[in-house]
Amino acid sequence: MAYPPAARSSPPRQPSVKVILASADVQRVVDRIAHQILEKTQGAAETVLLGIPTRGAPLARRLASRISTFEDVAVPVGVLDITLYRDDLRRHATRAIGPTELPPGGIDGRRVILVDDVLFSGRTVRAALDALNDVGRPASVQLAVLVDRGHRELPIRADYVGKNIPTSLAESVKVTLAETDGTDEVKLYGGTTS
Amino acid sequence: MIRHLLSGADLDADTATEILDTAAEMATVAGREIKKLPALRGRTVVNLFYEDSTRTRISFEAAAKRLSADVINFSAKGSSVTKGESLKDTALTLQAMGADAVVVRHPASGAPHRLANWVDGSVVNAGDGTHEHPTQALLDAYTMRARLGRLAGLSVAVVGDVLHSRVARSNVLLLSTLGAKVTLVGPPTLIPVDIAAALAPGTDVSYDLDSVLPNVDVVMMLRVQRERMNDSYFPSAREYARRYGLDGPRMRRLPEHAIVMHPGPMNRGMEITPEVADSPRSTIVEQVTNGVSVRMAVLYLLLGGNNR
Amino acid sequence: MTAYLITSVSVVGAAPTDLLIRDGVVAEVGPGLSAPDATVIDGTGLVALPGLVDLHTHLREPGREDAETVESGSRAAALGGYTAVCAMANTSPVADTAGVVEQVWRLGREAGLADVQPIGAVTVGLAGERLAELGAMADSAARVRIFSDDGHCVADPKLMRRALEYVKAFDGIIAQHAEEPRLTEGAQMHEGEVSTRLGLIGWPAVAEEAIIARDVLLAEHVGSRLHVCHVSTAGSVEVLRHAKARGVRVTAEVTPHHLLLTDEVVSGRSELASPALANNWSPAGAYDPVFKVNPPLRTAADVAALRAALADGVLDVIATDHAPHAVEDKECEWAYARPGMLGLETALSIALDVLGPQWDLIAERMSRAPARIAGLAGHGVDPAPGVPANLTLIDPAARRTIEPAELASRSRNTPYARMTLPGRIVATFLRGEPTVLDGKAVK
Repeated sequence: MAYPPAARSSPPRQPSVKVILASADVQRVVDRIAHQILEKTQGAAETVLLGIPTRGAPLARRLASRISTFEDVAVPVGVLDITLYRDDLRRHATRAIGPTELPPGGIDGRRVILVDDVLFSGRTVRAALDALNDVGRPASVQLAVLVDRGHRELPIRADYVGKNIPTSLAESVKVTLAETDGTDEVKLYGGTTS
Repeated sequence: MIRHLLSGADLDADTATEILDTAAEMATVAGREIKKLPALRGRTVVNLFYEDSTRTRISFEAAAKRLSADVINFSAKGSSVTKGESLKDTALTLQAMGADAVVVRHPASGAPHRLANWVDGSVVNAGDGTHEHPTQALLDAYTMRARLGRLAGLSVAVVGDVLHSRVARSNVLLLSTLGAKVTLVGPPTLIPVDIAAALAPGTDVSYDLDSVLPNVDVVMMLRVQRERMNDSYFPSAREYARRYGLDGPRMRRLPEHAIVMHPGPMNRGMEITPEVADSPRSTIVEQVTNGVSVRMAVLYLLLGGNNR
Repeated sequence: MTAYLITSVSVVGAAPTDLLIRDGVVAEVGPGLSAPDATVIDGTGLVALPGLVDLHTHLREPGREDAETVESGSRAAALGGYTAVCAMANTSPVADTAGVVEQVWRLGREAGLADVQPIGAVTVGLAGERLAELGAMADSAARVRIFSDDGHCVADPKLMRRALEYVKAFDGIIAQHAEEPRLTEGAQMHEGEVSTRLGLIGWPAVAEEAIIARDVLLAEHVGSRLHVCHVSTAGSVEVLRHAKARGVRVTAEVTPHHLLLTDEVVSGRSELASPALANNWSPAGAYDPVFKVNPPLRTAADVAALRAALADGVLDVIATDHAPHAVEDKECEWAYARPGMLGLETALSIALDVLGPQWDLIAERMSRAPARIAGLAGHGVDPAPGVPANLTLIDPAARRTIEPAELASRSRNTPYARMTLPGRIVATFLRGEPTVLDGKAVK
């Protein structure tokens, strides 16, 4: 049984920041996911990439671009905004909704790969599955994420994971991308260090 | 986000633009097989209508239902309203029923402002007396932006019975906020005093429709009730139509790209001829469609989050 | 009868002195008075004025006793420093017969809190069609001298002319509610920038000014006295100034609310003629019918003109137009609300804000002039040995924040809710008997 902590006289703890993936790492990870998609989908046939805003959208475009570089196939890319399907709308001030842009061929009968930056509780993906349900009927749905940090609250797993990062709930993972933030980087913000 | 939408003056440029942008996304739902979003599941929207206005009521009803809200229609007819229950008592009843939003149409100017004092939920003004109709102005702005690609710098003529028009007041406020230039046109008897000072300093007034038409991007015709001539606002419907009605020859004085709008319901032959109403310049049907998207956006932005 | 010795009190702003009230009259005035049998009131810092006289009060009885009664209204009057009020005729039934005016007069006597002087209707049922029995009301126990259709204008010029002429027989006076009815059909507030913004039908200033212009010409033509109720516009002031310069026998009143509030308060903005009072105060919201009144609140320019005219004498009187309304007639939509606001318990404070401590001018505008116009003997006379002891004591240094629920009126429709006003009535005496002591009604 632990004693209650004694009054501390040390200075307040500083939050720690750790770079998990630097810019070149992010590129490599995206390349790897692109290869895996090609491998698992027999050359990305009948496949549509749908990015979940904000950072899933540029990731999806990058994956499509890498896929076409590697195999010379044009994978349709779209954006799926899931704001209106979130289960925590009432807990925050009203969220602005983003665009949903389906590729011209639609998603019916296709293999849809949802793309997001971080997989955490799984609630975003749950919302995306609901949103998908309202815009069409894909043949199958897969999930690609840049980072999986664990702590799932729903029975959801990713088909393509760039990097598994074991985290504590006190920590947070922040992905930045050149398109949205100026640089490619994945950082882990610690709870605190002593 | 704002809590109520009572007046066009409640909206600054950022908020108005956010509503229009949200409406554009909501519009895509109308093209889907499943025209429904879950965002307002479990929320209750009351349509409290003290005036008959089927088109506005069903537009709000469709908007609320597409967002999965529960909708209660409470109209003055066949309800306790006709038995003389006060607005305040009605408000307390709606409050007790857990209304998250009250969409109110009322013949008395300012009734939505009063209602907002008595309910915890959001109040949306769906037209109050001769005051305002802010969602109409939003759908008009949406329609202009969709057709002409922008609002800033547009020149808009609002023609007719401005004095009694809630549509005109809301449009002057909103369009000015969004950078458009409004010219109010009508007989001097139907232009309210000090309108520019009252609403938006840049607003112009003209009594001569023909001189205004060649320089506008949008001409918005207001409904003019024939009964106004009994109160000497103008001598006759015929004279009104001749001076301020929009007919084919007048429409051809407009620039090539200009559009013709009308909030409906139209008095064909009074303020607008069938030739104009049914022309490709006319956006009258689009306005109705856009009304649902804009009202979805308003309801979502007021009710979608925790804005208390 | 108890005697009262008020010590070190400033009588109408003069140097402090003592004032002895005995047997219903002011017995002595002078420094160092002593009266062992008298109840002593320390008047240090207080100002004694002749009891205030209101030319324009709605007491609502008979007919709307839920909003006010003669008794509750008289109590509000006493608490406001008034010793006499003129009760308007728009009751139900209308005070257009000797019977009704005598009933109101008798109710006032029974209440015993202020002299209630009934005003008789000019026309039967206030309908503006034929003259009421003005002579019978004049000859009744109520001795009616002021006649008014207030709430309605005597719009028919022929009827107005006849009324002005007819009352000369008994030194009567017509108090006109100046409002050309055809120009104010459906009107909800002052016609101007704010009515345009709020989408409320306008009540144009010209509707008042046109009637005043017509009436001063009629009064001049027939050589009669005319009193103009609740003047509200700068244009009306100019018409009155012109008429007075010509020697027309016209007097005019202005209400406290038209001296302070502007039409902008209807839109929820705290725009008052007095920046000091606007501090820390704002309306409860737009379209609050507590600000609905007839004539309507006007612009800041009108308020400024009314204040100047009150100071220079074009406006003779501050009259309250105290108009109590039941809660349900105010807690509703603006258009459906009844016009009118409470005034008796706050009028002196507003006058103090408008005129400052010009006690002689306040006494003139709120007591002497209205008593003269109404012909009320014993009222409007400065405290001096031998005059009836109708007077009020004011603490000009006090400040009070108005809470509607604390008012003596049965109604709550004060426009000054939550406003902090200068001055407080400490005591009021009616013929030597206190109606208010220590700021509280005696009965």
